[in-house]
Amino acid sequence: MEFNKIEDILEKYFEGETSIAEENELKEYFSSSNVAQHLEQYKPMFGYFSQVKEQKSTQEIPLKTKKRNVAWLSIAASAVVLLGVGTYFYVSEKNATQVVAQSELGTYDDPEEALAATQKALALLSNKVNVGIESVQYINEYEQSKNKIFKQ
Amino acid sequence: MNQSAFIELINPFKDKVFRLAKRLLTSTEEAEDATQEVMVKLWNKKESLDSYGSVEALAMTMTKNYCLDQLKSKRAGNLQIVHNNYTDREPQLDKKLEDSNSLEWVQKIISQLPEQLQILIQLRDVEQYEFDEIAKIVNMNETAIRVALSRARKKIRESMLNTHRYGIQ
Repeated sequence: MEFNKIEDILEKYFEGETSIAEENELKEYFSSSNVAQHLEQYKPMFGYFSQVKEQKSTQEIPLKTKKRNVAWLSIAASAVVLLGVGTYFYVSEKNATQVVAQSELGTYDDPEEALAATQKALALLSNKVNVGIESVQYINEYEQSKNKIFKQ
Repeated sequence: MNQSAFIELINPFKDKVFRLAKRLLTSTEEAEDATQEVMVKLWNKKESLDSYGSVEALAMTMTKNYCLDQLKSKRAGNLQIVHNNYTDREPQLDKKLEDSNSLEWVQKIISQLPEQLQILIQLRDVEQYEFDEIAKIVNMNETAIRVALSRARKKIRESMLNTHRYGIQ
């Protein structure tokens, strides 16, 4: 008769109709030693549910009050910004006099003089470029003779 | 709310959060991380906790969503969670009765269910929440929960019967 009752509850259990109390009854029955032979197969299922519930988290949860961190961060950030702005102004102040002096170098009042100076500078540049091209032509020569010898 | 009050508030359901996370994420480490994440999130909204009906239901919902997100991003990255903590339990298992092997089978069978069913089995059969509480956590109505739960339980039974017969043959 006990079996019949358990079987009824089992039937309801698989239909999702049991209450917590009935489910506990099942768990208790299947954890006992006298489970009917033909119901033996359900034992691991209910045994598993009870076993899993024993698992516990062992970890501590770090609860930091984040407000203090934020305050420190903003203080540090503003200090950095102030330092940066301060050095920028300090340095640019120092350079200001030099900039004026430099801007007067290299300017010509007479246009002809300026043209001559520009041409001289450009000629210097093109000379240097030619030197570069010449050395590349050497390599071309090598390439050609190589191709003559190693015909593919 | 200060720290000790908060700890007192979360203590009753901290392990439930951990177990739900472990059900979904499989590895103990990932579950610990998820638990921590959820608790820190709760701590950060500690000012507004009073406006929620049940902090426990809120925590379980957050855990569920967090774990599903984790799984989604894992799958997107083509990574699979490896069942690497079976070996940790080996010495314990040796001490247990011979049917410990079938308990592991149950675990395996449940882990093959769809996540939604795993969550329901965890909430009902392991944590023994009432249906109205589950409804709040998973945002489903009670009838749908009963139907899904019935489906999950029958699937477990079916797989169990298969392995049971396999053992005999």
